[in-house]
Amino acid sequence: MELIQPGIGLIFWMTLTFAFLLFILGKFAWPAITKGLKEREQSIHDALNAAEKAKEEMKKLQLDNEQLLRKAMDERDAILSDGRKVRDKTIAEAREKASEEANMIVEGAMERIENEKMGAIIDLKNQIATLSIEIAEKILKEELSHGKKQEELIKKLTEDIELN
Amino acid sequence: MRTVYLFVYAFSFFLLTTLVFSSTAQEQHGFEGEKAIERGEEAEYDAGKMIIEHIIDAHEWHIMDIGQKHITVPLPVILIDEGKLYIFMSGKFHHGQNAYKGFSLETEGEYKGKIVRVKEGTLERDPEKALPLDFSITKTVFAIFVSVLIMIIVFVSVGNSYGKRKGKAPKGLQSFLEPLILFVRDDIAKAAIGEKYEKYLPFLLTIFFFILLNNLLGLVPLFPGGANVTGNIAVTGILALFTFLIIAFSGNKEYWKHIVNTPGVPWWLKFPLPLMPIIEIIGVFTKPFVLMIRLFANITAGHIIVLGFMSLIFIFGNMSPVAGYGVSIVSVAFAVFIGLLELLVAFIQAYVFTLLSALYFGMATEEHH
Repeated sequence: MELIQPGIGLIFWMTLTFAFLLFILGKFAWPAITKGLKEREQSIHDALNAAEKAKEEMKKLQLDNEQLLRKAMDERDAILSDGRKVRDKTIAEAREKASEEANMIVEGAMERIENEKMGAIIDLKNQIATLSIEIAEKILKEELSHGKKQEELIKKLTEDIELN
Repeated sequence: MRTVYLFVYAFSFFLLTTLVFSSTAQEQHGFEGEKAIERGEEAEYDAGKMIIEHIIDAHEWHIMDIGQKHITVPLPVILIDEGKLYIFMSGKFHHGQNAYKGFSLETEGEYKGKIVRVKEGTLERDPEKALPLDFSITKTVFAIFVSVLIMIIVFVSVGNSYGKRKGKAPKGLQSFLEPLILFVRDDIAKAAIGEKYEKYLPFLLTIFFFILLNNLLGLVPLFPGGANVTGNIAVTGILALFTFLIIAFSGNKEYWKHIVNTPGVPWWLKFPLPLMPIIEIIGVFTKPFVLMIRLFANITAGHIIVLGFMSLIFIFGNMSPVAGYGVSIVSVAFAVFIGLLELLVAFIQAYVFTLLSALYFGMATEEHH
């Protein structure tokens, strides 16, 4: 059976070519391939690590941002509340001042009104006095012509005026 | 995921190879059948002979017969006889019908297929002269050259593309072979050997792709495929021998101690009769021997089955042409099925040979605690 009795030639050539194949591939193919694969794996590994790191940093940054934001918001709130206070104060002051002024004006007006009133009353009194004097003149003129009765009337009238 | 890729590869190869295989095989023997009918001979179709001729080595590459004409590729014959070197093409023998320089190719009998010294002026073997040493580039040697050439071209170019496309995604041939390379590295070398896998990876990759390529080329019926390289016991024997030598040279102290004085075994198994050492030493040789036989037998069996189904067509065809045509449908269907199975076997055998080699390397270099 030649099937299981190989010739020397085939054994010789197989040994030679296979050794040659091992040598050539071992020198020119496999090192390059395994090195390439390893390098790529390393670079993927590194890239993944870097991504993880970036993610972490991002998280940290986000945390920082959040803190910053919170701080800013606090500040804003403080500023706002300060502003509100100032405004309130200003308004209150203004109101006070205004009411004071108004009071002053009103008082001034009242005083003036009082003065005017007093002036008017005095005027009136003076006029009444002149009128009364004229009336009295006229009555006197009449009474003087009528005798005793008119005298009494004048007396009575002047008494009335004084009551007024 | 990787296994899925491998199945896709296997399937695409299947489409390319088995279909072609079945059709050409049928064609080839169709001519022989016609030839017999034309001549009106009662030429008995010998299936066993045809099958064996297809799977053994030869000095010429028979492609097909058209009528009476053999279409063959002649291959170089290299002989050393009585200290002299003879180199000529096998075509000079005219398929065993001519003697050349005192040599002839035996076509029948005990020395069938061998080149022998002949008696002057005849085709008869000279029984007094020894067989010349035959270093011819036979069909199998030629197929080995072709596959080695393919491997060198493919893998050196792939290696270059790793240099050129540093850190980038693989492309083309590189991306086709990378899953297989990673499979050998991660699932065979790393898994079986452990940390020291890198030292053995070049050898494992080489045998894996050598066996796989030759298994697949063996399924392609067209020249220069179709030679039964991994189904030849010399080829598998040399591969196993390389594995054996690497095991022998990389075995550490623990490994040899384990063989000579197996720890954890009752003393009476070692003394006075050294039963365990004998078994272990036999084991050292049976490991590569089994590697050799397994690959050889698997591939050869696959070829025999496919050729057997093809032979059925001609056996029935000799009885009656109608039976021949009828059987051909079934035979081709079965041959296609076996061809598909053979693709699986082509991969599995490459895997098993590589994995077992890696396991043996792992055993030889293992550090015991």
